[in-house]
This record gives sequence, structure tokens and C-alpha cells, in this order.
Amino acid sequence: MQLIDKRVNPAGKSLPNRQRFLRRARSIVRKAVRHASVERGIRELDGGGVVVVPASGIEEPHFHRGQAGRAQHVLPGNKEFLEGDRLPRPTGGASAGGSLAGQGEGEDQFSIVLSASEFLDFFLEDLELPRLERRKLAAMKADGVRRAGYSSTGSPANLAVLRTMRNALARRTALNRPRSSEIIELEAALDAAQARGDEQACAAMRLQLEGLRARRGAIPYIDPIDIRFRRFEVNPRPVAQAVMFCLMDVSGSMTEHMKDIAKRFFMLLYVFLNRRYEQVDVVFIRHTDEAKEVDEETFFHSRETGGTRVSTALAEMARIAAERYPLDSWNIYAAQASDGDNERGDNMQAVTLLRDAILPICQYFAYIEVGEPDHEPAMSSVWKIYENLGEVGPAMRRVSTRQEIFPVFRDLFRAHNADATS
Amino acid sequence: MLDAYAATGMPIYYPHWSHGKRFVQHEMQYRKGMSGLAYEIVINSSPCISYVMEGNTIAMQTLVIAHAAFGHNHFFRNNYTFRDFTDPAGILDYLVFARNFIASCEDRHGVAAVENVLDAAHALMGQGVNSSPRRRRPDLKTEEARLRERRIHAEKIHNELRRTLPRGAAAPAKAPDETLVRKLLELPQENVLYFLEKNAPKLPSWQRELLRIVRLMAQYFYPQRLTKVMNEGTATFVHYTILNKLHERGQISDGAFLEFLTAHTNVIMQPAFDSGHYGGLNPYALGFAMMRDLERACLAPDEEDRIWLPDIAGSGDLMGALCDIWANFRDESFVLQYLSPKVMRDFRLFNLLDDPGEPTLLVEAIHNERGYRRIRSALARSYDLGHADPQIEVATVDLAGDRRLIIHHKVQDGGLLAEKEARSVLRHIATLWGYDVRLQEVDASGRVLKEHNASPSQ
Repeated sequence: MQLIDKRVNPAGKSLPNRQRFLRRARSIVRKAVRHASVERGIRELDGGGVVVVPASGIEEPHFHRGQAGRAQHVLPGNKEFLEGDRLPRPTGGASAGGSLAGQGEGEDQFSIVLSASEFLDFFLEDLELPRLERRKLAAMKADGVRRAGYSSTGSPANLAVLRTMRNALARRTALNRPRSSEIIELEAALDAAQARGDEQACAAMRLQLEGLRARRGAIPYIDPIDIRFRRFEVNPRPVAQAVMFCLMDVSGSMTEHMKDIAKRFFMLLYVFLNRRYEQVDVVFIRHTDEAKEVDEETFFHSRETGGTRVSTALAEMARIAAERYPLDSWNIYAAQASDGDNERGDNMQAVTLLRDAILPICQYFAYIEVGEPDHEPAMSSVWKIYENLGEVGPAMRRVSTRQEIFPVFRDLFRAHNADATS
Repeated sequence: MLDAYAATGMPIYYPHWSHGKRFVQHEMQYRKGMSGLAYEIVINSSPCISYVMEGNTIAMQTLVIAHAAFGHNHFFRNNYTFRDFTDPAGILDYLVFARNFIASCEDRHGVAAVENVLDAAHALMGQGVNSSPRRRRPDLKTEEARLRERRIHAEKIHNELRRTLPRGAAAPAKAPDETLVRKLLELPQENVLYFLEKNAPKLPSWQRELLRIVRLMAQYFYPQRLTKVMNEGTATFVHYTILNKLHERGQISDGAFLEFLTAHTNVIMQPAFDSGHYGGLNPYALGFAMMRDLERACLAPDEEDRIWLPDIAGSGDLMGALCDIWANFRDESFVLQYLSPKVMRDFRLFNLLDDPGEPTLLVEAIHNERGYRRIRSALARSYDLGHADPQIEVATVDLAGDRRLIIHHKVQDGGLLAEKEARSVLRHIATLWGYDVRLQEVDASGRVLKEHNASPSQ
């Protein structure tokens, strides 16, 4: 017998099979993921985890008997039966029923453990960042500088010494510039000849020495044509960071339910942006009749009283964006949640701010109007004024139940070329 | 371990989504703690490969090696079903060939096309077995060479010019001779996969080869289904004997021995039929109990054994008797021959008749003098695959007409096929056959009880 230690054998041999399976079960898994996402907190969305998939779409059929017909079963564990006893037929389910009913139909569903990225892939499938082409792509780029070879002109600070010397050496070799060692040798030989008093040799050597010196003078050690400079060129680099502004009305009319819906929408947006940018900053701005930047905890959980002035939040956002998030290095996204109330006198100001200060700097501005589940949505004042902005205005949706959030989110971010597969 | 487990224990297996599905299921159960991992995986290859898990304690490793590398290995090498049906020396090579062939097909024809054929073939795996021993032992090692030769030959005799030759006047169509057709097509044929591989009119050759691969794999695993009780019983008996010997000689400590006993007892537990844990007769428990009973009858027989097990009772040559049994029986014949009244009493077996016509179930036999033989034959019958699996065979082909394939299910005791799945399988058959397929469920008198039809999807 031979014992072989194969522990180094890599794990994950089944990975291709798993991928094949997921591809096969794609539509089913996708549905299950969507379903799971309604039930779990959106914070947990990032974690992947277990989804339950009905076995129906991925069965492997084979011939087997439905009802066994007239069948005999040999069973262990007889305690009280005598030959000829008659037993009631078990009604399926527990104990002997399952076994007596034959093979059983197999499990109706089973669970799949998805990794975080698999989960999000399914979750965010066929969504894409909206309207980038309209909000000019240049905003997605920032200028960077990178090395681009050598040039014969440039500033002395960029002198490429190595390259220059290499060119000089090549030129000197090609033009056969006499080395100083040759001249020194010849001078030594001349001295020796003079000491010997060999005039004829001295004359020849002097002539040769003169030639060498003249040649050395004519061919410079470094010529301007040898000089090279490091060359740089400007290249556009996509901005890999985004900031997401969450604006929310926290006046007394916003109930916990509305806040919960708003929160879920914000978190979805966060997850979505996180997939596409290296870094995502989140700024929380809440407002009543004045706006304040707060941390997440305060944003969602503390309650304020007072009137409602939307324009204050917009102004605060514009201020923060101008201060901390320069357009050339940040992509700006904003989502506003509100129950739609606004003080009458503030409407004009809000529209002006939105149109002139906010929308031009934003990649995307979504407005979510939250409501109570059993209320018929009325035409709110914020909705009305935002709607008047028409095509350039923000993307707007109404949400009143938790279940609607994901469809609305998908609706807002649906890929332009997405087909009807979802 | 999970990896190997999902691919039916094979270290090399062609990729298919169903293996991924199995992997996902096992992984889930394992994560939930519902099932421990299998202690061992053993592969019927030559030399025999047995995997042991790194995390096992040393006592468990001893147990696993005794169980798999000695017990199962002995059984694989000596049992006639394995000797007849499998070629352990060639299986790993063949698996490599199969995987490479399927990969090349995927390159050439696309993953989806290959998957379609494999799905269809997998659905017919149960109908891909020759249940009587083959005429000759196919040399699996030469599979690849054979395929290459065939292809080279086909290329050699191909002549583009021939296709331009004018056809002669068409011969007048006449109905093909029924008996001749049946003879040529080897009908009736219970090996549906074989029939399709050889005769399906529209299949390209690579698809035939895929069917052949699936069929050979089904054939390879067939003996394991025939000998579940014996195989596990043998392995359990062997590890039990070896571990006891080691302990007697003081080669393993008392602690290790107790650990072994715990694992061993878990394996051979047989819950009663009315317990929540009951999931059929445990092959480990039944096989082990029968082997131990044979040991007892061999070395210390009583009067009953001399009547029931006359050929081995008191013979004293335990190993001789066991080796003979291990070599020459399968579950059905083993139970029929060697299930002794003592085992039936210990298990408190009883026989229940389930007649759909009756409102209640009838206890037909219990473990008493009148019932022993009936229980024994009923149990043996339940291990007869010919009885347990539905009897499907290709009956005939309408060659003169629309080439419809007629398949019969020979209904036994009024048990019809589960309809929904039967239709799915039938669609798979239709895909392979390329024309309409009809499945008739026929009882012993030849009456058609039910009919299903399927057409190839376009």
C-alpha cells in the first residue's frame, strides 16, 4: 500500500462546474436574489450569502415510477404487528409515510451560497450609470501627466543625462574622436624621442600630435545634437471617485416609514456606486427650514421640528460641493428624499438653485417622493416644481412601500440597451 | 473533498452544470452542519485510489484505510459484477480522454450544443446499461486510438468527386421487412443510449461519441448499484475485523478504539421504520449484520443455521466462505441465499403489502417461522434492479413512415411512470432521435395503459 500526501492539491476544482451551474440557473438565481433583497436589510446587501432557489428549473429528469402500484416493502423495527394485521395508509409526511410513498420526489428547493460579488452581480445586473453621455464625458476625466519618451527640446530640469551621454558616446565613436590616452602616449613617445635626439621621428610625431589635437578640438565631447530631454504628455485619466449627496427632509411630516424607504433607496444607490468607483464619499444633508450636514446616525434617526425649505438643502449641497468636491476630480451624485411638502414662498428659490447650481455639477440627481402605503399620492408642491424643469430636471419617482424600492431603483438605472430579460 | 464528492468521487471528470449543482447542494448541507463530510472516497481504479481527509484523527484514518483501501478495494477486485462490467486499469485514462474530448467538442461546437447533448444523455443514464455482462471487455485504453483511426479512415475514403456522380434511377420504395429491421437494429433494445448512439439518424459523430462516454460511465457505475449492501457490508466487516485485531494486539490504544467504536456504531445504526430518522434499510447495517451472522454460523452454528445455511454452517473456514461469497454474489442473490432468520429477528423485519385497490396496508409477513421465507424473497426482490427500476425498451421504429420511435415501458404491478419527468426525458430522447417519439406504457398482457408523445424541439 502506498500513502500519498496530496494536500497541496488545489481546492476549487469544481469552480468551472459551479459557474456552469450558475449560468444555467441564471434567471432563477436572479429572481431569488431580487426576492431575497426585499427581505434583507439593504446594509446587508454587500455581504452576499444564502439565497434559496426552487429546484424546479434545474431538475435532471429521469424515468421513475410515479405511484409504485402494488408494492411490497420490507421494513425494520416491528414492535407489535402480527401477520394479517391491517394498518391505515400513512398520509405522507412524517415517519413511515415518506418511505412508504416510494422514492419521494426529492427536495423542492435548495439553497445556494453566493459570494458577495456574485450576489451583487446578479442584483445589479443590467443596470448602468445613467446619462453620462449627456453630462459630458469630460467630467468623468481628470488630467494626469505621464512619461512619453524623449525629445530634443525641453527645459534643463528635464535633461536626460544618461540618454544624452549615450548619444555623445555614439557620436564620438562614429567620428573617431582621439582619446586623451592616445595623445598622452604620443607625447610620452615624443619626449623619449627628444631625449634620444631622434629629430626625424620627433618631427613625424609632432605632426601626428598636431593632427590629433586639431581633430579633438573639432569634435566636441558633447554636442548640442546629443542632448535629449525627458518628454511628458498630458493624458486624461478617468476619475475613480464619486461623492453621493443624500438630501432628506426631516421635518415633522416625515414618518419613520418614509425615512425607512428613503434610507433603503440611499443604501441601494451607495452599493451601486461602490461597484463602479474606487472610492465613494457620502454626504448627509438633512433639512427642515434650515439645512445641516450631519453624520449617518443623526441623519436617519433624530427628528426635528420646523417648517420645510428645500432650497436650504440645495444651497448647503452646492456650498459643500464647491468647497470640498472640485468637479475635475469628483463625480457628483445626489438623491433627494422628501414627502413633497415645501413652503410656498421657497419654491421659486429651490427651482432656481436646482437648475443653475445643482444640476450642472451633478452626474445624476434623483428625487424620490416617499408616501404612506395606503395614501393616494397627491400632486405635491416639490413634485410640481421639479416636473416643470422638464427634460433637464431630476429623475423623479414616487415610492410608498418597501417592495417598490427595488423596481423603482431598477427603473431609474436601467441600462439603455437592456432588453426585456429582467 | 467536496470537490471530489460532487463529481461522483472521480478525480477527473468532464465539466457539467449538474456536478456544480451537486457541489452547491453538498456545500450547503456541509455548511449547515446537516451532514458531515464523507470520511472517505474510494475509486475503483487500478491501483485503487482512496482519499482520506486531512482533518481526520489518526483513529479515523486507520478506520478509513481499513474500510476503503482494504474492504472496498478487495470487493472491487474480486466481485464478479465489477470484474464483468468495469475496467479499473483503464478508467482514469478514459476519464482523461472523455474530458479532453468534451473540451474539444466545446471548442468546436460551442458549450451550449455540448450541454444539450449531455443533458439528454444524462437523463437516459438509467437506460444506458447493458444489464447482462458484455460479450467482450472493451479495452478502454484504446478508446482514443480507436476514435482517431475512425476519423482518419473517414477522411481517407472521403472523395469530393463522388458526390457529383449522377444517381441512378430511384429504386421503387418498398416497405422494409419488419423482421429484418428488428434484426438490424437489434430490437427490442433495453439500452436506449446504445440504440440512439448506433441508430439515431441525424446525430453527428461527435454527439454519438458523447452518448458513448455517458453510456460507458453509466455502465461503470452500474455494479455499485447492484452491490450496495454487499459492498458496504464487506468494507464495514473488514474494518471492524482489522480494528479489533489491532486492538487485541495492543497496536491501537483503548481511547482510539473507543473513538473507532463510536464512528462504527453511527455508521451501522438502523432506525426503526416509524422513527423520524428512518430512510430505508441502511446498507451498512444490513450488510455488516449479515457478514457477522455468517461469521457466527461458520464458527459457532446452531441448529437453525444447519437448516438455513447448510453450506457454511460449522465449516470453520470463515475466510474461505466469505471470499467465495464476496466474489460470486450481488445484493439480490446474497440476500436470497444468506439472510438468516437470526438477522431478520434482530432487525425485526416485516413485510408490508401496499395495494392501491385496498384502503389499508396489509402486514403480510413478520419475523416468524411462516414469514422468514417471504420476507427474504421480498427483500431480495427489492434489491433486484430489474424490478426496482422501470423497464424501458426501444420497441420499434416506423421506418416506412415518419420514422417515429416507439418506446415501451413494461408496467409491473400497475406502477406507471411519473408523468411530468417522463415527458421531459421523452423530449430529450426526441432531441437525440431527431424525429417524433412515442412512449407506451404496456402491461403484461400487451395492453397500452398510457401514451406519451414528444417531438424534437427546433
